Amino acid sequence: MSEAKGMSLIVKRITKITVSLIFLFGVYIVLHGHLTPGGGFAGGVIIALSFIHLVLAFGKEAALEKLNETRISIIESLGGLMFLGIGLLGLLGGYFFLNVIPKGRPFDLFSSGIIVLCNLAIFLKVGAGLFSIFIALSIMRMPLDSEKEKK
Amino acid sequence: MLSYVLCLVLFAIGIYCLLVKKNLIKKIVGLGIMEYAINLFFILLGYRSGGEAPILSKGAVGNNFVDPLPQALILTSIVIGLGVTALMVAIAVRLYEKYRTFDINEIRRLKG
Amino acid sequence: MLPIFVIIPLGCAFLIPIVSKIREGLAQILANFGAALLLLFSVMSISWLKSGLQVYYVGGWRPPFGICMVLDGMTVLMLLVVNIIGCLTLVYSIDYIRRYTSPTLYYTLFCLLLAGLNGVVISGDLFNLFVFLEITSIASYALVAFGTEAEDLEASFKYLVLGSIASTLILLGIGMLLGSVSTLNMADISRSLSTSSSKNIILYCLALFIMGFGLKVALVPFHAWLPDAHPAAPAPMSAMLSGVVIKTIGVYALARVLFNIIGFNPTISSILTWMGIISMSVGVLLAIGQWDFKRLLAYHSISQIGYVIFGLGLGTPLGIMGGLFHLFNHSLFKSLLFLNAGAVEYSTGNRQLNKLNGLSKEMPVTSTTSLIASLSIAGIPPLCGFWSKLIIIIAAFQANNPVGAIVCIMVAMVTLASFLKVQKYAFIRRTEEVVSGVKEVPLSMVLAMVVLAILCVLVGIFAIPFLNTVIKPAAEALLNGLNYAGLILRE
Repeated sequence: MSEAKGMSLIVKRITKITVSLIFLFGVYIVLHGHLTPGGGFAGGVIIALSFIHLVLAFGKEAALEKLNETRISIIESLGGLMFLGIGLLGLLGGYFFLNVIPKGRPFDLFSSGIIVLCNLAIFLKVGAGLFSIFIALSIMRMPLDSEKEKK
Repeated sequence: MLSYVLCLVLFAIGIYCLLVKKNLIKKIVGLGIMEYAINLFFILLGYRSGGEAPILSKGAVGNNFVDPLPQALILTSIVIGLGVTALMVAIAVRLYEKYRTFDINEIRRLKG
Repeated sequence: MLPIFVIIPLGCAFLIPIVSKIREGLAQILANFGAALLLLFSVMSISWLKSGLQVYYVGGWRPPFGICMVLDGMTVLMLLVVNIIGCLTLVYSIDYIRRYTSPTLYYTLFCLLLAGLNGVVISGDLFNLFVFLEITSIASYALVAFGTEAEDLEASFKYLVLGSIASTLILLGIGMLLGSVSTLNMADISRSLSTSSSKNIILYCLALFIMGFGLKVALVPFHAWLPDAHPAAPAPMSAMLSGVVIKTIGVYALARVLFNIIGFNPTISSILTWMGIISMSVGVLLAIGQWDFKRLLAYHSISQIGYVIFGLGLGTPLGIMGGLFHLFNHSLFKSLLFLNAGAVEYSTGNRQLNKLNGLSKEMPVTSTTSLIASLSIAGIPPLCGFWSKLIIIIAAFQANNPVGAIVCIMVAMVTLASFLKVQKYAFIRRTEEVVSGVKEVPLSMVLAMVVLAILCVLVGIFAIPFLNTVIKPAAEALLNGLNYAGLILRE
């Protein structure tokens, strides 16, 4: 299977540059979620896409040695737990999900209380989740094609 | 009014594709078309004539925004659609491993 | 303290993947602990109701700007149903799931299912109900396909396609309601609908909701997914599906929307009673010729849900009380029957009735509990099924619906005949070839079945006090109808 080893040399050189740009763009969209459209879900999808870009260009092993399945599932669960924790933090003020962190001036980067933390939690969960869906679906292709070659 | 009717026509195309086509992958595409039609219908509900995007930026004086509530609801609905599509694709891949075909007429071991 | 019903299962579902990397056996301890806590809180919620209807504002925002969670009589009944069956099924699956490939994934999906079911029941906002309904549906699609045999996957795909059509129809109905009243809070919608003048939108929304929720509850034109999905799931998941899921996202959501938001009128009454009558008859007639144990139980589910919808559709206080009591009883005895079928399959390896040998000597606990459940579903006094069927039949005669009452009586007799056949072939008849090596199932499965059988008998004996404490507030909450809005918005 030639795809297991990645694509041609030109694609590999360009990927080394563009992966970091895509990652940076995703982080920008997450952090400015309360000022511009986007937020946690859109930023998480873009981050997952940057890792998928790595997998497509270099083959599955290159991405998985940095981020194997155990670590992905731990990051995903941590994202979910962080979101629940932020909700429980609101109980200190009396209601679930109350906005208890001080809100700064409007249009600042760190204004509007818990919304920034919620965006970070959702970004972790969505990014890790989408990447693990991709890995799960692409692992499943392997036994089928090797069976066909044996026939 | 015309835009709502066109959304429902798109929904009808999606249901036709989901129910009539015999290939499993075409059924998944049909479900995707149905979900897009519903999301479009919801967002069109929020349109106010002459309105602008509901984003408050520095120095902007806004008194004619479109309704942002349906847009927030549709974000949730798009994520749910993503989850269902991912599950359908995973089951379709496993079905191909077991039955060796994507044709719905062959995948029919359960009767009665 | 209402969000606790959603926080506990969600927290368990997120913790289980991390915890099970540390040690394997911790996942089931955590899941069972979470389910036991939920059961404790839902029994305590009967006493929270004594001080009237409870409303919880999430985030402190008052309606109609914020999402609220509501606890009234109907909610308490459904919380009891969900958490009792959920806790006992988790105890059963401690031993059953060891035979499958990945217990960790099962417990995660099960906790997500519990979170979604609890969320549907306590939600006070229509879109919030839809989101939790989708969480429940996705978890149940994945759990039906858990065995990954060829037939499990095919059944799950069929269930997925029909379930997504239902969810899309419900979303279209919510969209049309949003377009006409511009708010999504249930109390606010019912107040705006009663003062608005356009009746056509309400009819369209009614048709869409009956189609969408009717597909989820497997009423008769829409029942095609149920006989395939229920046998294909692992046995504890079949018990949850048939005993809890179709009631919560089907009957509860339908009753909430039809009684409290749109308001009850004779059109709705006749639609519901006719669909109930047709479901009852078609379900039991198709169940007579079945030889697969679980498929027969799935067809009987369709017919018993027909009873519940018929009782709700009568609209009189006695009819609604009968329908809701039958909902509670059906979840008890149908879950017990599915757990028995799972125990039989665990020990002998097949589910075909004509290949099973009389098992009452080798598996005494399973056959006794199965006998109690079969007598209960057929309506033999003093077990619980008898009381609820009696109340529905009396209510049908009182509401001038003699056709429905006669159909109820005949369907009850055919149900009795069908379950006598099950008992004879599976447990009593002995032929020459005795299956060797069949013994009783392990301890946790026995414990769950025995507790459910004891509950069946207790609810049957103490029927009148149970009716007054739990079922009567639920029926009053539904009969309040459009006053629901006034009670919530006044707080």
